[in-house]
Amino acid sequence: MSMMEWIVIIGGIAAVIWINWYFFLARQPMVSAAIGVAGVREIAIVVEGGFHPAMVSVKRDKLVRLVFDRRERSGCSEEIVFPDFGVRKFLPAFRKTTIELTPTQTGDFEFTCGMSMLRGRLIVQD
Amino acid sequence: MPTTTPLILIEKRNPENTAQTGTNAVTAHEKVTIPVKGMTCAACQARVQRALQAKPGVLDASVNLMLKNAAVTYDPVMTSPMALVETIREIGYGAELTARDQTMLDEQEAQDQAQEEEYGELRRKALLSGSIGLLAMALSMPLMGAFKEEVHAPVADPFMRWAMESMTPAIHAVAPWLYTFTPWVLSYALLALTLLVMGWAGGHFYVRAWSAFRHHSANMNTLIAVGTGAAFFYSVLATVAPEFFLSRGMLPDLYYEAVIMIIALILTGNALEARAKRQTSVALRRLVELQPKTARVVRAGAEVDIPVNDVQSEEIVIVRPGERIPVDGAIMSGTSAVDESMVTGESLPVEKQPGDRLIGGTINRTGAFRYRATTLGSDSVLAHIVKLMRDAQGSRAPIQRLADQVSGIFVPMVLSLAIATFVIWFVTADQAPAVRAFAAAVAVLIIACPCAMGLAVPTAVMVATGKGAEGGILIKGGEALQRASQITTVVLDKTGTITEGRPTVTDVVPVLGSECSEKDLIRLVASIEASSEHPLAAAIVRYAKEQALSLATVDSFHSVTGRGATGVVDGAALAVGNEALMADYAVDLTTVKEEAERLAGEGKTPMYIAINGKLAGLIAVADPIKPTSREAIHRLKRLGLTVVMLTGDHHRTAEAIARQAGIDRVVARVLPDGKVAEVRRRQQSGEVVAMVGDGINDAPALAQADVGFAIGTGTDIAIEASDVTLMRNDLHGVASAILLARRTMRTMKQNLFWAFVYNVVGIPVAAGILYPAFGILLSPILASAAMAFSSVSVVANSLRLRRARVA
Repeated sequence: MSMMEWIVIIGGIAAVIWINWYFFLARQPMVSAAIGVAGVREIAIVVEGGFHPAMVSVKRDKLVRLVFDRRERSGCSEEIVFPDFGVRKFLPAFRKTTIELTPTQTGDFEFTCGMSMLRGRLIVQD
Repeated sequence: MPTTTPLILIEKRNPENTAQTGTNAVTAHEKVTIPVKGMTCAACQARVQRALQAKPGVLDASVNLMLKNAAVTYDPVMTSPMALVETIREIGYGAELTARDQTMLDEQEAQDQAQEEEYGELRRKALLSGSIGLLAMALSMPLMGAFKEEVHAPVADPFMRWAMESMTPAIHAVAPWLYTFTPWVLSYALLALTLLVMGWAGGHFYVRAWSAFRHHSANMNTLIAVGTGAAFFYSVLATVAPEFFLSRGMLPDLYYEAVIMIIALILTGNALEARAKRQTSVALRRLVELQPKTARVVRAGAEVDIPVNDVQSEEIVIVRPGERIPVDGAIMSGTSAVDESMVTGESLPVEKQPGDRLIGGTINRTGAFRYRATTLGSDSVLAHIVKLMRDAQGSRAPIQRLADQVSGIFVPMVLSLAIATFVIWFVTADQAPAVRAFAAAVAVLIIACPCAMGLAVPTAVMVATGKGAEGGILIKGGEALQRASQITTVVLDKTGTITEGRPTVTDVVPVLGSECSEKDLIRLVASIEASSEHPLAAAIVRYAKEQALSLATVDSFHSVTGRGATGVVDGAALAVGNEALMADYAVDLTTVKEEAERLAGEGKTPMYIAINGKLAGLIAVADPIKPTSREAIHRLKRLGLTVVMLTGDHHRTAEAIARQAGIDRVVARVLPDGKVAEVRRRQQSGEVVAMVGDGINDAPALAQADVGFAIGTGTDIAIEASDVTLMRNDLHGVASAILLARRTMRTMKQNLFWAFVYNVVGIPVAAGILYPAFGILLSPILASAAMAFSSVSVVANSLRLRRARVA
């Protein structure tokens, strides 16, 4: 085997390890809802090729206002779905849409786009 | 069990939110227009305006005397439309929220418009980039022959190489001048065209991929961006520094036309997918369009046309033949036939008389009438249906879990596979290893399609719930659909489900030697039953009124659940009910036993009457079965389902009704609690049970059943308690819903199978698994075509459900 081939093999293995580390293991930033001007816990989530932040921490039994700021026209992100809360809402492009929830159970609740391709998690803690 | 248990949700009505301060601090303003009654002069106007402006949370209030309304901008956190209405009422004016928030309908309209715009944009981009792709292919032709003499070797994609080689003679004949350009000029022209397409038509792929990457996530755009991006940069390097390749014994291949064609094909697929996705909600759109924009109302004695949102509760609305009924209400004067097919699925027009209920959005056929507006806006039947459907379409079917799990790890796995493909080809290929490795890796990235998996289940749920709603079958969501497809047993409540639910008195039999005549008996019994809410009681009271009998006052009325009622009428202690009630009072039934048996055998319900502890007679009430019940039950049986009837009636009555309806399994003398127990008993023996009832009296049994069907009603309670609501009052809807659920389940399985198989087969083929045995290598362009059409085919398969025959 040539030197070049060894380089490609080692580089390939390193790239595969890095991809799996970056997408599966690297810590994703989790953002907690902050108390807003109106005294309600609020969090702004940018919708652009995904949900940013995608991990949102909220408190149980506390009203939280999730403001989805959709900054694209892609049909993939035109809806937000919280399956556990029975919520489906249209997100107009380049506008902010607010969803208010009061989670009554702790746990991890997924939110997705209308077709389940873009994902985020609502982490409800005591 | 109910389909979803929302944890608790307060959803905002208006999506329009403004004014941002700080990163996470967002203040939302909302606007509402409240009609105000009783304002006569400018002083009134000023008073209302001042009161509203003084209210905490109100940012702006503007009261219009001419329009008689108040437009208020407020902070929804601090106040609400209802609180504003209260403020106006407190100062002595009338106010009511009108057809308030039409949000569900508005939201659907906004979404439809956005989808239409998206489709238009994708179509435009696909067409233009496709045309540029053809031009790029033509420009690449002269480079084909150049590679022997010049440094710029051309097309690396095997499909493109074949396509161009076959087209070269034609291009030579049509555009010989193309061959006068130097390869250098052609290469840079191709680079410019590719940049144009990547930036203008495909720019969003890169922006979204980057945005996702920054947040440690990867999606479809990642694959497209990495695939086309790698091909592009490889080609740029080959254009600007061909010596780099030549010095290493490689040809400086160009992939420009492949990049353009890949983007054009993916955009074509996206456009087709957007159009197909739009069609999945066509039923919902049709429902939204049922809502008329204006209504003709009577104001100050004159008929005026006003926006439907301004109609107030209790207002009188006028409808002429052929017009759509603007809001829900009840007829005051006039009669007509109304076409309710669009809401209930009932094909024949329904006769309407004063007092009858009207549903907004239905069409008045024959007569003109006036009616009183009742439920408006988001409380209307139509808004409820639209909300239910939107919620249903957002729900998940359990079968989707597998697809969710796979698509969660899919893209990073494909990226890893593409790298592995490159390495294996690079190490093992005997000819041009780098070129082959590169083409195969790009093909792997481009062919993989997680979208098909994501679309497989939701599109089927959307089409099925829409199809159901068109036939008056409202299904609560994916989970309800999936469970409905597994039903083995259908338990039917008798009264109001199999039968008309409007019992009538058929026989009155005084006991021989009794002092009471037939009329006396009816009067006494009707007097006591007037205090009861039982449907049989209503039949007796109605019968007494038809006979023009005046009812007496009742003392000590007592209703005995599942048995009957007792009380004191004209000083006599009266007991009316079944055998069990008579046994409680030790009444001897021997004299009428035979007669009661005969009546029960005819499907009638005999009720015994005892006065002061002695039997005085019998009254028989019958509830005829609906004309459609027998055929619908036959359909259920043909679907292989076990059909069971539950009733509180006597065995003989129950059996007679069951015989008429064609049911062979009957559970008689069931008390209301017993319905739940019976459903549970059957579930414990492994049956998947559907319970069909009116949704109000049967709510606990509907909730206990695997799938609860509420029949012939569109009330909130029924919709809440059931998994499936049948707007039409006949059992055919049950069979249609189960058939639709089975078809939908089959479609979901086909879609998932196709989506998985496509990727499981497509990715290895793109990686070149067939090359050692058959010499087959997939071109990245063919891979992009396959990817684009795999998701389209899933949506198209779901759309086939629209044509499924389930009625």
